[in-house]
Amino acid sequence: QGKFTLLRDTRTDGSFLVHHFLSFYLRAGCKVCFVALVQSFSHYNIVAQKLGVNLTAAKERGQLVFLEGLKSCLDLLFGEEEEQSGQPSPLQFISESASNLKALFDFVRTSLTPAGSDSWKGPVLLVDDLSVLLSLGATPVAVLDFIHYCRVAVCSQLKGNIVVLVHSNEDSEDEENELVVNSLCHHSDLILWVEGLATGFCKDVHGQIKIIRRVSLELTAEQDHVQIYQYKIQDKNVTFFARGLSAAVL
Amino acid sequence: LVFTEEDKYGLYSNLLFKYFLAEGVVCGHDLFVASAKEHPDHILKELPAPLLDDTYRNELGEEATAVKSEDFQDSMKIAWRYQNLPKIEASPTTSTKFGHYYDVSKTMSPELFQSVKWHSFYLHEELSLQPKMKTCNMNSAYARLLQSIQRIIYQEGFDGSDPQKKQKNILRIGIQSLGSMLWGDDICSSDTPEDINSLTKFLYVLRGLLRKSLSACIITVPAHLIQNKAIMERVTNLSDTVVGLESFIGSERETNPLYKDYHGLVHVHQIPRLNSLICDVSDTKDLAFRLKRKLFTIERLHLPPDLSDTVSRASKQDLAESAKLLSSGCGAMAIGKKHLDF
Repeated sequence: QGKFTLLRDTRTDGSFLVHHFLSFYLRAGCKVCFVALVQSFSHYNIVAQKLGVNLTAAKERGQLVFLEGLKSCLDLLFGEEEEQSGQPSPLQFISESASNLKALFDFVRTSLTPAGSDSWKGPVLLVDDLSVLLSLGATPVAVLDFIHYCRVAVCSQLKGNIVVLVHSNEDSEDEENELVVNSLCHHSDLILWVEGLATGFCKDVHGQIKIIRRVSLELTAEQDHVQIYQYKIQDKNVTFFARGLSAAVL
Repeated sequence: LVFTEEDKYGLYSNLLFKYFLAEGVVCGHDLFVASAKEHPDHILKELPAPLLDDTYRNELGEEATAVKSEDFQDSMKIAWRYQNLPKIEASPTTSTKFGHYYDVSKTMSPELFQSVKWHSFYLHEELSLQPKMKTCNMNSAYARLLQSIQRIIYQEGFDGSDPQKKQKNILRIGIQSLGSMLWGDDICSSDTPEDINSLTKFLYVLRGLLRKSLSACIITVPAHLIQNKAIMERVTNLSDTVVGLESFIGSERETNPLYKDYHGLVHVHQIPRLNSLICDVSDTKDLAFRLKRKLFTIERLHLPPDLSDTVSRASKQDLAESAKLLSSGCGAMAIGKKHLDF
């Protein structure tokens, strides 16, 4: 409860983790607010079906609040003026000069605050992915503020969890992104770091995942626990194995 | 959304661009061509003629415009296609006939062209009109282009907004040399551009438009001119397919014996991972292209046979260096650390 998990990918695509967490939390009966900035709803839906979860049904019964970033952005830019009555668009910062993600935060908070009749277990905020906000004009400070506000609201007040995906690169020249990623790393309770293999492309091992449990944050003088596994992605699931013990090798 | 990094002189990426549009004509898709450099009418007049001769098809491999496979599905894909979609001549799969072949030495006949509906956007003609959408701090040329694309998608019903329309068709969008100075963006000329986010915002909105409608898009960008590499990283994350073309003209590779049969290299930086957990990665990562008199082909790069007795040590070293650069891998799966590539 109240945990902040950071999904980080380097030189590869870590979105399979996003799909996993989405179906995991929905199956566990949690109320999920999914800020999906990168892909369309149907993409997530199709993959979730392979993983055994129906997103449309989850939306209908109120368990899933889905913000489809691409669609919201189009509505914001091409929408007629009359449609803007009611709540402001969560992605309002794109058209305004102030780089302020408050509207997005308000959206998250309203979606996850439990209504009287809700019977879901803890709220969960899932973001795919945070690096896109920088591409859309938000400053790194605005993004970090947004995450901070979300942590206060979701983790502390509502005792929920947050899972966020970011991209990073080792010799990246994108300083703003690296700033956000490094800052988030310091504040996360759990980091799942997905990387491509150091030796290059391999058909049977798609990459390695480093699981870092930030025990050091608990001030018990312990170091962070780090575990490293390798993985291979298949059509409907992902297999993890110890380094060097891929099925192709054994 | 196919993002193509142009080669230095833009020769080959232009060719790729025209192939994309030509395939659209042959398949009966609608076209939308945008450019700030050449008038779209000129571009469209120079499309290569399709080869309808069967013997040619048997000789060559597949004409691979990877974008075509995505066209026949309802979901929109934005592929950043760096380079030409490679044709794998080394291992032809004769069972699948995918796409068409084109004869580069001839231009497409006007009759074939008349059957297709096309729209154009030539920046210098559009400057007089005011954009009606909120520009949201984006470069006004990009904003106009987006508005134009959105208008066509809506009016022609590519986004399914008109249920009366019985026959669904696909819109192929081609945007030439985006990001260059002709579009009013200074990312190619300055280290600290005025608005670093214009191009990425444009791409995001374009991605939204493509996802919402039955269209496919190819964009060519003079990436070698963009000083700020952070932009390229962000742009790669925002596209589906990223392909880079590197031509050998004027570089030291022109005389490298390793590359003597080819005119350039094809780097596939990213391939789409859509609607599934995995993506379809081909076995080979090293692709090169060459432009023969009639045909433009992309092939698996293979080392020429080392037949000479007098190959000096220096050139052998060059070959080893080049071979190291070959297996850089594909972004969607995994790229190794540079110094460990072997």
